[in-house]
Amino acid sequence: MTLFQMTKTVLKSLFTRPATLMYPAKPAKKTANTRGHVKINPDGCITCRSCQRKCPSQAISVEVKEKTWQIDQMRCVVCAVCVDVCPTKCLTMDNQYRPAMTARGGVETFTVAGPKKKEPAAAPADGGVKPAEKPKE
Amino acid sequence: MSKQITIPFGPQHPVLPEPLHLDLVLEDEKVVDVIPTIGYVHRGLEKLVEKREYTEYVFIAERICGICSFIHSQTYVQGIEQIMGLEVPERAQYLRTIWGEYSRLHSHLLWLGLFADSMGFESVFMNAWRLREHILDDLEATTGGRVIQGVCKVGGVRKDITPEKLDEMLKGLKSMEHELTDLNNVFLHDSSMKHRLKGVGVLSKEDAYYLGAVGPTARGSSLAIDIRETGYGALGKINFKPVVEHDGDCYARCAIRAKEMFTSIDIIEQCIKKIPDGPVDMKVTGAPNGEYFSRTEQPRGEVIHYIKGNGKKNLVRHRVRTPTFTNIPPLVTLLKGCELADVPVIVLSIDPCIGCAER
Repeated sequence: MTLFQMTKTVLKSLFTRPATLMYPAKPAKKTANTRGHVKINPDGCITCRSCQRKCPSQAISVEVKEKTWQIDQMRCVVCAVCVDVCPTKCLTMDNQYRPAMTARGGVETFTVAGPKKKEPAAAPADGGVKPAEKPKE
Repeated sequence: MSKQITIPFGPQHPVLPEPLHLDLVLEDEKVVDVIPTIGYVHRGLEKLVEKREYTEYVFIAERICGICSFIHSQTYVQGIEQIMGLEVPERAQYLRTIWGEYSRLHSHLLWLGLFADSMGFESVFMNAWRLREHILDDLEATTGGRVIQGVCKVGGVRKDITPEKLDEMLKGLKSMEHELTDLNNVFLHDSSMKHRLKGVGVLSKEDAYYLGAVGPTARGSSLAIDIRETGYGALGKINFKPVVEHDGDCYARCAIRAKEMFTSIDIIEQCIKKIPDGPVDMKVTGAPNGEYFSRTEQPRGEVIHYIKGNGKKNLVRHRVRTPTFTNIPPLVTLLKGCELADVPVIVLSIDPCIGCAER
């Protein structure tokens, strides 16, 4: 008997369907929690740069003056810290992985809405720059 | 005396998932001396601690290893919490313990598969990894990542598990238990396995002690060293006994891991039954000022994170002593006097994780 310990499992596997998925043809299993890649809703971004400061791999760069939000998907380690710290919840984690890409093809730039202008405020032009630079200390 | 020749083993070798280089000095087919070399995958992660904030560094600490990733981050945050004197919510401690044991399960299943593969037992390899997939699915559903979980943070955990999901996980583990028993029977009772493993690579209790063996390598040589007994996380409230074997050979080390999976399932079950309600994280302010040696039990043995901070956001020093690093001197002793054909099995029997060892 000690010779055939594996036989039971082997026989069972013979008569059941394969445990593997035919991956590219059939999509991989995903759960609601799966961290696939970071997505941004450009209308909600107030260029506060919280995500840029908290990103452990420095994949995100935010230009306040040009109102652009840039992510290098090749640097991103998909830790979802930016999603957690985003004050307006405009960053979300998509549960699909990105397809394979070439060397530096991962840089994505978005033009975002920028800080909300306070209607009666005196200085609307640099109203957005000041609060962004504050938390530097 | 016959002529001595030197054979290089690794860094690229079919049984080695990672680059470890051994120069084997042979007399006929017998290994008489071994010169190990590491340094092929050094990444300098410890130096990065000066460049990143201590809260961000959790993610880097987690990436020291791809298999015991969760326990690395747990060890690191426990060290920081001890320095800062934080009382982490109890639910977070339990969740950490559950995920830690899950990663132990998946690591042991991975190792059992690789070990069978190193002997050419391919169908066991496939079956061990099929079972591992259930564990990974649960990890992905609860944390969001299959191997890099990224849920530990200073002051708690980032995700909570709902009670329904906890019940589902428990049911899944219970239904897996008899499949695991089938798998273990192959490792523990199959005669071809026994022929291959019994009496190969014997490490005596004295050698294991003096050479600083840790984890299953030490427990296989009847040294009952298990850092989980110190009760970190929620383990202080859990009843369990470390698995100890007495032969010190490859079979004993294999049996330890095969039996430890049931200990892990038992710990998870107790945790799920005892887990209290409440918050899973707390607000952390300030920065660590002081130093601490944080110790936990990884699937491969005891890991030590030395952390030193000076009250600023960036730590001053972070040093990791990983289990594989301490298990290399015992490995050299194990290999001396063995046959060349047994080298792959003996090398895998300490579960080498070179990514860990070099950081």
